[in-house]
Amino acid sequence: MEVISFVALAAGLIIGLGAVGACIGIGIMGSKYLEAAARQPELMGELQTKMFLLAGLIDAAFIIGTGIALWFATANPFLAQIANLPK
Amino acid sequence: MAAENGPTAGEYIVHHLTHLQNQPAKAVVDFSVFNLDSLFFSIALGVLMCWVLWLAARRATSGVPGRFQAAVEILVEMVESQARGIVHNANSRKLVAPLALVVFVWIFLLNAMDLLPVDLIPVIWEAIYSAAGGDPHHAYMRVVPTADLSISMGLSVSVLIVCLVYNVKIKGLGGWIHELFTAPFGAHPLLWPFNFAMQMIEFIAKTVSHGMRLFGNMYAGELIFMLIALMGGAWAFTATGIGLAIGHIIAGTAWAIFHILIITLQAFVFMMLTLVYIGQAHDKH
Repeated sequence: MEVISFVALAAGLIIGLGAVGACIGIGIMGSKYLEAAARQPELMGELQTKMFLLAGLIDAAFIIGTGIALWFATANPFLAQIANLPK
Repeated sequence: MAAENGPTAGEYIVHHLTHLQNQPAKAVVDFSVFNLDSLFFSIALGVLMCWVLWLAARRATSGVPGRFQAAVEILVEMVESQARGIVHNANSRKLVAPLALVVFVWIFLLNAMDLLPVDLIPVIWEAIYSAAGGDPHHAYMRVVPTADLSISMGLSVSVLIVCLVYNVKIKGLGGWIHELFTAPFGAHPLLWPFNFAMQMIEFIAKTVSHGMRLFGNMYAGELIFMLIALMGGAWAFTATGIGLAIGHIIAGTAWAIFHILIITLQAFVFMMLTLVYIGQAHDKH
């Protein structure tokens, strides 16, 4: 039982902390882009390309973490170790 | 059908996450294992991509282009302008710009397999497999090749090999080895081990992050589609059941629309980083 509850907590922490980092990062980057677009509208298109590139990079670690957490939550690999413990 | 219960949620997911392999893996890293489903789909989509782009090139006219030729030209010009901005050596661009185009279009097609319904191809495969006399429980099929670590890391390791070749070609073998030991900290002999360690860490980190970013995005996307499918599979004529079914349609629509952005973005990010890493091989310190 303890393993299951710890795995559930771990999955929540992984997704939550990853989301905090990714959202704050995108927020800061997006606000800088809007500021830059307001100062120099002629650079908007070029900066937009770079902004999407950065968004892809920022989301990477967060989505990898979400994948791992969902894997723990559904096809839990730790249960197999419990089954193998000697009774 | 005999009195056999359907799979549990965990079993459904584990079944959908297992590859069609030639033999089971005996260790964490086992190079004798081939994921036949990933191989089949990546080769088939690669051939499809080459054929479609060749069709456009074959009938290209310098007069007013038709819509298909115009679409392909927009794509090629986009990749070409990115390559021109990042790789400053016109001779290298003859290889690198088509490499970037292939990377972008191929990864986009491989990622787009994720938009097909989760059970569509696995159910067809299960029917074929049982008709050919196999056990339907072992009819594994994963349709998104980039959600397979081997394919994503294979792509990023290939980019690493191209970078290493360009490093030697542009700087010469001696020049590159000199750079390995003297950049980025300085040419003093005491700094040589630190420079070398830093360069090795840089190569490994760039390659691993390049492949893992693509893999993580596609794996997580596929897993979320499967979980949404489970919501739909749990429908029944109860309040919860109907609620879950309606929720599954809404969640599935929202996630699929978001995923269209993600697959294009990840293919674009992979292409841009390919260009940046190969461009870095041209820099002299």
